[in-house]
Amino acid sequence: MIYPVIVEVTLREGIADPEGATIERALPALGFTGVTNVRAGKSFRFDVDAQDEASALAQATAMAERLLSNPVIENATARSGASR
Amino acid sequence: MTRIGVVVFPGSNCEYDAAAAVSQLGATAEFVWHSATDLSDFDGIILPGGFAHGDYLRPGALARFSPVMEVVARFAEQGGAVLGICNGFQVLTEAGLLPGALQKNRGLTFLCQPTTLIVESTKSVLTRLATRGQELRIPINHFSGAYTCDDATYAALEANDQIVLRYKENPNGSRGDIAGVANMAGNVVGLMPHPERAMSTLLGSADGRVLLESFLSVPVSAG
Repeated sequence: MIYPVIVEVTLREGIADPEGATIERALPALGFTGVTNVRAGKSFRFDVDAQDEASALAQATAMAERLLSNPVIENATARSGASR
Repeated sequence: MTRIGVVVFPGSNCEYDAAAAVSQLGATAEFVWHSATDLSDFDGIILPGGFAHGDYLRPGALARFSPVMEVVARFAEQGGAVLGICNGFQVLTEAGLLPGALQKNRGLTFLCQPTTLIVESTKSVLTRLATRGQELRIPINHFSGAYTCDDATYAALEANDQIVLRYKENPNGSRGDIAGVANMAGNVVGLMPHPERAMSTLLGSADGRVLLESFLSVPVSAG
């Protein structure tokens, strides 16, 4: 079966995020005054051919740890990309 | 050391400067394509600046899986001298050969300017001929040069004398003003500034010479 997967990569807690900070400073100028804790990141969407969804997600997590994120500064989470 | 391999990834762009600097100091430099799997012809290895594999994903993230990196890791493990300049530093951190990571500059601007560096340790292959506290005028040219690591790593870097160079005035938000670090043994060094672009007073500064002279003065390892 083909399972769509989404991997999200964000900077770890405590790691400075200059992009998120810049976005947060820009928002009030557009009238969005109540926004805090902006963190910028990346998302990856792909399909995995696997036995079941758990195995697809396990593969995506392994990819996230080895390539899609740098564990020194980033966290990664994998979830199903199927729209329900 | 007389034979230096300069690794070229698709997207490297400082390999000619690095090779010219090495030749200027009397050693020979040879380009090594990133698919190479044999470094036995070389006494030392330089990973030059540029944008290996387009810097896609993260600087160094794809380059660390180039075939040559497996032999660079073995070369380093056997005590061989390895120097990563700018993008080369980013590749070495991604490959886990140096601790920490390089993040986007504070201020999110590409920085291309002269900086003043302070030699913090002379225990590395890059600084063995320099003097502790010596100030060096060397340019930077990067977007992702803010050195980052967790508290435990930073404490270990300080305790083991692995912080090789610091900026006198922090240009990019680097933790602890760090411009360059070494591995525990001191044979693998990475730095964001470009010593190969500071080889002549006519072109602004010759302060890069002592660093590259240090690198070339390393005795050839038995490995």
